[in-house]
Amino acid sequence: MRAFTYERPADMAAALVAIGKPGARFLGGGTNLLDLMKVEAETPQHLVDVSRLPLAGIADEGDGLRIGATVTNADLAADGRVRERYPLLSRALLNGASGQLRNQATTAGNLLQRTRCYYFYDPSAPCNKRVPGSGCSALKGFNRIHAVLGASDACIAVHPSDMAVALSALDAEVEVQSAAGGRRIKITDFHRLPGSTPQQDTILADGDLITAVILPPPPAGGQIYRKVRDRASFDFALVSVAAVVETNGNRIRSARVALGGVAHKPWRALEAERQLAGANLSDDSFAAAGEAAVKGAQGRGHNDFKIVLAARTVAHALTEAAAQKKA
Amino acid sequence: MSNTPVTRRGLLGRGAALGTVLHGGSAFARSPSSGDAGATTLEVGLTVNGTHHDLRLDPRTTLLDALREHLALTGTKKGCDHGQCGACTVLVDGVRKNSCLNLAVSCGDREITTIEGLGTEQALHPMQAAFVEHDGFQCGFCTPGQICSAVGMLAELKRGLPSAATPQLTTVTMELADSEVRERMTGNICRCAAYPNIVAAILDAAGKA
Repeated sequence: MRAFTYERPADMAAALVAIGKPGARFLGGGTNLLDLMKVEAETPQHLVDVSRLPLAGIADEGDGLRIGATVTNADLAADGRVRERYPLLSRALLNGASGQLRNQATTAGNLLQRTRCYYFYDPSAPCNKRVPGSGCSALKGFNRIHAVLGASDACIAVHPSDMAVALSALDAEVEVQSAAGGRRIKITDFHRLPGSTPQQDTILADGDLITAVILPPPPAGGQIYRKVRDRASFDFALVSVAAVVETNGNRIRSARVALGGVAHKPWRALEAERQLAGANLSDDSFAAAGEAAVKGAQGRGHNDFKIVLAARTVAHALTEAAAQKKA
Repeated sequence: MSNTPVTRRGLLGRGAALGTVLHGGSAFARSPSSGDAGATTLEVGLTVNGTHHDLRLDPRTTLLDALREHLALTGTKKGCDHGQCGACTVLVDGVRKNSCLNLAVSCGDREITTIEGLGTEQALHPMQAAFVEHDGFQCGFCTPGQICSAVGMLAELKRGLPSAATPQLTTVTMELADSEVRERMTGNICRCAAYPNIVAAILDAAGKA
C-alpha cells in the first residue's frame, strides 16, 4: 500500500475543504477503497475520513425517504420502512456481500464502489480504467463476468452494486454537496457508460461529497429483486434484475425493469418498460420484455451466456413481481 | 522469563509490543484531524477487550495488524486480508466487522472485542463452549473469526435484522433455522469444511442465549 496521510474532519464544511488537498479521497466504510489500496489499484495521497459525520440517519421525506450517506447497508436493509415499502431495495442489499461487510459498507460507498474486473485489480495488466490509455485486458482475456450492454472498445467492465440496481428501478436521486453548493442527480444519470473515458465511473466532479440518497414514494405494484450468481451467497451478480409490475385485471398497467451485472452502470430497460405498459398480463409479454431488454447486446466470448440469461431473468422477475401483487 | 518456553508467537508478540506501545503517553487526546496531515505516523487510542492502548501507527496499519503486530493479540487471524474469508472478524462496538478492512486510525474511541476478550480458559464464552462441545473446527485457523462472527450474528438476530434467507421481510420475530445460520455466516469460510458442526454449535449456543 502506498503511503498516505489521514484526517477526520469534525464537520462537513471541514471535509469539503480537506478534499481539496492533492490526491485526497473521502473514506467511508472503506470496504472497497482500502481493498483497492492494498493492491495499489487506488493510490490516494490523503484520506478524509467522513465515516463519523452526522449522515447516518434515515428520515421521512414527504411520502419517500431520505437515506443518509453513511447509513450502513445492514441498517438500510433492516429499516422497517424500507422492508415494508421498498422490499426490492432490502432484498438487493441482503443479497450483496456478507454480514460483516454490510455492517460497514455505506450507502454512498456502495454507489461509488469500483468494478470487480480481475484486470482492474491486477496492476501488472493493462486496464484503461486504472491507467487510462494502457488498453483493456478483458476484451481478449477471460471476460465471463463482463458487460454485454453499453460497453466500449476501451472497457467492458460492469458495475458491481446490487443496491444501485434497486435504486435505479425506484427512481432514486443522489444528493451531492461541494464547496460550490448542493445538487441532486437522478440515479440513472449518476453512473456513466465507459465510452473513451472508463476511468470515470460517475458524473461526480472532484470535491463532490454524497450526503444522501432520496427515495421518492414507492411505485405501485409488486417488487422483486432477482440475482443470479455462481455461488448461492456472498458473490457478485452475473445478472440481476429489479422488477416492479403494476397490474390491472388482465393488463399490465406499468412496469419497471433494471439490470445489474450486464453494463458499466445499472441498466434501466426503458424499451422493455414501454412494451409492457398496457400489454396483456401473460408469459408472452414478459418473455418479449426480456428480449427487448437485451436488444443490441454484444457478447465477448466467455460472457455470451449472459444475453440469454438476462432475457430469461427479466421474464422470470416480471412474472414473480406480477404474481406477488395479486397474492 | 527463563522458565517460559520460547515460542514463535511469544517472540513475535514481545517484539511488536515493545517496539510500538507508547507508555505513559498523554498526548493521545489530540485527534488525527488536528494538523497531523503531514506526519508519517499518527497517535491512535484503541480500546481492546476493555483495556485502553495508546499507539503510534503508520496510517496504513489495519486494525487487524494493530491487534496482531502491535498489541500481540494473535487470536485474530489474517486469512485473505481482503474481507472475503472472515478469519479476521472482531466486534467493533458490538458489531461484527472484518478487521482487515478497517484502518486502525479510524477505530479510535471504538470498543474492540477480539476472541481473547470473549471468554477465558476457565470461563469460556457460551459460543466458545458450544464450538468445543460440537467440535466446530478442524485446523482451527478460522475459528476465532467464526466465533466472533457468530456472537455478532446472534446480536443482529436480537435486533431483528433480516437476511437473504428470511422468507418474509415484514416478519418481526426471527426464527434461527439452519438455512438462516448458513446465510448469515456466509462471510466466514472454513477451508476444512467443518460447516455442519459449526452450524450445530451456533444453533446450540443460540438456544442457550
